[in-house]
Formats: sequence, structure tokens, C-alpha cells
Amino acid sequence: MSANNPLLNVERLSVCYGKVEAVRQVSLAIGEGQIVSVIGPNGAGKTTLLGALMGLLPAEGEVAYLGKTLQRHHGVAQRVGQGLNLVPESRELFSPMSVEDNLLLGAFSRHRQGHRDHGLTLAEVFDLFPRLKERRRQAAGTMSGGERQMLAMGRALMAKPKLLMLDEPSLGLAPRVIGEIFRIITELRATGVSILLVEQNARAALKCSDYGYVLENGEVALQGPAAELADDPKVIETYLGRKSAAPAPAAAALAG
Amino acid sequence: MDFAILTFLAQDGLTTGAIYALIALAIVLVFAVTRVILVCQGDFVAFSALTLATLQAGEVPGTLWLLLGGAALVCAKDIVTAVRRRHAARIPLHLLTHLSLPLLLWALLGNLDLANLHGALKVLLTLAIVIPLGPIFYRLVYQPAAQASVLLLLILSVALHSMLVGLGLWLFGAEGFRTLPFTDSSFMLGDAMIGGQNLLVIGIALLLIVALYLFFGHSLYGKALRATAFNRNGAQLVGIPTELAGSSAFFLAALIGACSGILIGPITTLYYDSGFLISLKGFVAAIIGGLASYPLAAGGAFLVGLIESFASFWASAYKEVIVFTLVIPVLLWLSLTTHHVEEEH
Ligand SMILES: Nc1ncnc2c1ncn2[C@@H]1O[C@H](COP(=O)(O)OP(=O)(O)OP(=O)(O)O)[C@@H](O)[C@H]1O
Ligand SMILES: [Mg+2]
Repeated sequence: MSANNPLLNVERLSVCYGKVEAVRQVSLAIGEGQIVSVIGPNGAGKTTLLGALMGLLPAEGEVAYLGKTLQRHHGVAQRVGQGLNLVPESRELFSPMSVEDNLLLGAFSRHRQGHRDHGLTLAEVFDLFPRLKERRRQAAGTMSGGERQMLAMGRALMAKPKLLMLDEPSLGLAPRVIGEIFRIITELRATGVSILLVEQNARAALKCSDYGYVLENGEVALQGPAAELADDPKVIETYLGRKSAAPAPAAAALAG
Repeated sequence: MDFAILTFLAQDGLTTGAIYALIALAIVLVFAVTRVILVCQGDFVAFSALTLATLQAGEVPGTLWLLLGGAALVCAKDIVTAVRRRHAARIPLHLLTHLSLPLLLWALLGNLDLANLHGALKVLLTLAIVIPLGPIFYRLVYQPAAQASVLLLLILSVALHSMLVGLGLWLFGAEGFRTLPFTDSSFMLGDAMIGGQNLLVIGIALLLIVALYLFFGHSLYGKALRATAFNRNGAQLVGIPTELAGSSAFFLAALIGACSGILIGPITTLYYDSGFLISLKGFVAAIIGGLASYPLAAGGAFLVGLIESFASFWASAYKEVIVFTLVIPVLLWLSLTTHHVEEEH
């Protein structure tokens, strides 16, 4: 994990919605083959951060990817073409189209670059998510929440990402499905995909991560190797507390 | 009304219906991908028929100047963007991609002996002149306002159409034109005479429709266009540039319009301003399909064609009124049975 030569290096990134600064001077780095998680309360700016990295939102600051600075005019399509992919909180599937078509469209960027090995990639994705293979003729919009999340991840994987950004992949899923999603995230790392993981489920996220950041009010409040972060008393109190301590994050956010 | 008249009217109705079906498909396609209601779809039809008629008269069509001017503007726009982004290295590429085809056409039309050119080549020249106008209009008029509301985009459409009618008068004059028929043959089917020209139009229109169906159903680019229509954000995230999708939709619309113009040219006299009524009838058909369903829109188009043909027999002065009155019950029915297409942002 050479932090000297990271896959993605973000320096003092700020994003504004009108006058409101939703992300303030955030610096972070992701090394090749790492899983890095960003945790934080609702409204902390996690989704905004990912949107800016993907090129969906204009941002100030410097983002270097694969050793090269990403400019403002490098649009989403260009970033996708360089192996930077986002699975958004809202999934953004093509609901009336079949599961298989959704997956094939995930390979659009590579198709444009002239690659024609989508059949192989599709088989790999089906290996990872056998459920998608069973349902490949079904319309994406009629899938269950968990299946939709798998489809969204599968679609992103069809682009053969170098850096996969996942926005709350466990949102609204049953514990068993969450377990499966995290198992797959770990499996992906083994195949060489680096992952930037945004999660409310801090315990599970930190458990599979190498490094972690705590985002509060748009700023990095804490950071460190995931294992250390998981032992930090403040993190334990705010994010890893037992069910009885659940209201704490909201309270912390309000107080902050 | 005897059988001969019935078959004549039905043939006529199906022939114009096939053209309206093409127009309706283009309107639905462009609306789905870009939310633009393409008022100038009929102008592509009229301009293509007039371009072909001018070529057949052995003259250089005015649409060439429209193409040269439009391409120069798009090119200028890209060069300004490139300079702003300090990408001066891209300028030669922009010059090449935008200007090579128009300049080539200019050179060809200036030097070819148009009067003695083979008819098929004139059709090809017409397509080459008219089709690039689609992406050019998208880049100049709609792309800068891509985030605007449907209403604002409609206003832009009306403005573009008005401008095109004005330019059409200037480029082609007020005179009406008919192009040469593809074939004079006809044959008897029982008691009814079937015109070869009609069969050709219906056949080619159906072929185009099948080609479009295959493109959208089976090629990744076609699926990408559909995907953009369903979910713009999702399309962006798989690397489909919104701009490319818009340009492609307009390219297809212009292609369909240009082909329709060539097909309809020998059957109907077209004027510089004939586009509007053609668009409107295609639009009626598209509305029947709820601006969303391709098969319903195509079916609606054949219905419009048939009604128009029979109405012109019984009450020719009222044929437009009868066609457009048709929209009212359809709209009522749609408003009662469907929840309207929600506008996303
Ligand atoms: N389009 C927008 N316009 C204005 N403000 C916005 C917009 N999107 C987000 N915000 C604000 O920016 C802040 C950060 O939002 P963001 O969605 O990034 O938070 P988040 O950390 O992802 O929260 P959650 O955990 O609830 O998903 C919030 O205060 C939100 O209200
Ligand atoms: Mg979020």
C-alpha cells in the first residue's frame, strides 16, 4: 500500500451548493488494492464527495488519479473510461430494461474504446452474483432491493474499474444480504480492484477496510488505519455504539 | 363509393401513414432522449424533398449553404471551448471533423455535371446534405440548454422552426416542387390498381422501421440511446456522454426526415413551409403513443394517414380539421388512463 504513490490522491477538495459548502478542504488518499472507507453522520457530505470525484459536481481543489491531475473538464464519461466507477446511493438502474441489458450497458465505455470481451466480463459478474444470472431476462425495475444493489455493482464491474466507489451499498438491505455484499467487496479487492466505500454501517465497513476517514460537517474529523479507528473511543461511542447508543450520531451531527 | 375508390384511398392513406409513422418515431425518439419536442422534424422532410428537386433541376441546392454555415458555427463553438480549456492542439481535429464533409460536398456540387448525374447519386447527395443538419441543430440550439425545462426546449423548437421556414423561403423560393417518381409501374390486384410508387414508399418505410427496431433492440449503441431516455444519471455513470446521445438522436431524426422527404417527394408537392403540417401530423401520431410507445405511435400514424385520405375524399376542405380533432378524444383518454410522464431534472 504505497501511500507515496496512491491510485487516487485528493488535496483540499471543496464542493459548494450555492453558498453552502458541503465538503470543505478534504484530503484523502487511496493506494492500489486498498479498501478505504468514509464514515460519518447523515448530511456529512459523503455522497457529495463521491459526486465531485466522479465529475458529477464541480469542485475546488486537486484530484490526482493514476498519477495525473483530473481537470474540471474531464467529464464523467472520460473518468469512467479511465476505470473510475461509482455505484450511487440511488442505484440509477435502467428500470424497464432487462438485467442483462443493464449489465451490458455497464461495458459501454469499454465498447467505445474498442474492447469486445464483454461476454467474458459478463460471465465473471455472473460468477460473483449468481442471482443476476438466474434473473437475467427480468426487468431491472422489478428486482428486490438487494438484487438491485447487486445489479448496480455488477453494472459498475462490467466497466472493469480500477477504483470502484460504493455509496452505501448496504443501505436498506437485510443483514444476510449485507454480509454477502461485504464478502463480495473483499473478494473484489483480491482481484485487484481498489475500493472507496461510503457506509453508515461503520462496523462492517471498518472491518473490511485498510484505512478509514470520519467525515463530519464536510470535514475530515478523524482518520487512521481501519483497525485503529475501530478502537478509537470517540468512534466507538459515536459510530460503533450498541443499539441503545444509536441516537448519538444524529445528536452529534446536530451539536456539530 | 366503389371498391376501386376504396382501394385507392386505402393505398393513399397507408402510403402517407407510413411517412407519418417515420416522423412519429423520430419525434418520440428525440423526445425520449433529449426531452425536445422536435417541431422542425417536418422541415427535414420538406428540405430533403426540395434539395432533391433542385438537384434534379440541375442546380445547387440552397441547403448546402445552410450546411456550410451551420458546420462553421459548430466548429467555431468547439474552437472557442478548446481555446478556453487551453487545448489548442485539438483545433485541427475540430476543423477536420466538422468541415471536411461540407467542404467536400461544396467541391462536388460545384464541379459535377448535375444535369446528367445518375438519379441515385442525387439521392445520396441529398442525404449527405440534410442529415448532418440534425446534429448541427442539436449542438447549436439545444445542447447549450440541455438542462432547461420541457417548455423552454419547446420554445427553442418553435424558434428554430420559424427560422428554418424563413431560411427555406430564401433558399428555395415560394414555389412548390415535386421530385421525379421512382417508378411509373402499376399492376392490377383483382379489380384494384396498385401503384408501384405507393408500394415502394410503404416497403422502404417498413424496412426503415425494422432497421430502427433492430438498432434499438440489438446493438449496444441503440440500447445506450434507450438507456439515456430511461435514466440520464445512470447513462452518465456507465460513460454515455449526454451530448453524444443527443447528437445521435438528432442524427437519426434527420436521417428519418431526409428519407421521408425523398419518399414523399414524388407523391406530394412540397413547399418551403410544408414541414409544419407534416410535423403536426407526426406529432398527433406520437401523442397517440403517449410520446413514449414506438409501436402505438406507428399505429397511430397509419390511422392518421387513413383518416386523412378518406376525409379528403368526403370533405376535402375539412381534412386537416378532421385529423386534428382526432387528438382531442385521444388526449382525453390518455389523461384519464395514464399518469403523465413525470419531468425529471
Ligand atoms: N443538490 C443539493 N443542493 C443543495 N444542497 C445539497 C444538495 N445535495 C446535498 N446537499 C446538502 O449537502 C450536504 C451533504 O449532503 P450529502 O448527500 O453529501 O450527505 P451524505 O453524507 O451523503 O448524507 P447521507 O448519509 O444521508 O447520505 C447536506 O447538508 C445536504 O443537504
Ligand atoms: Mg449520501
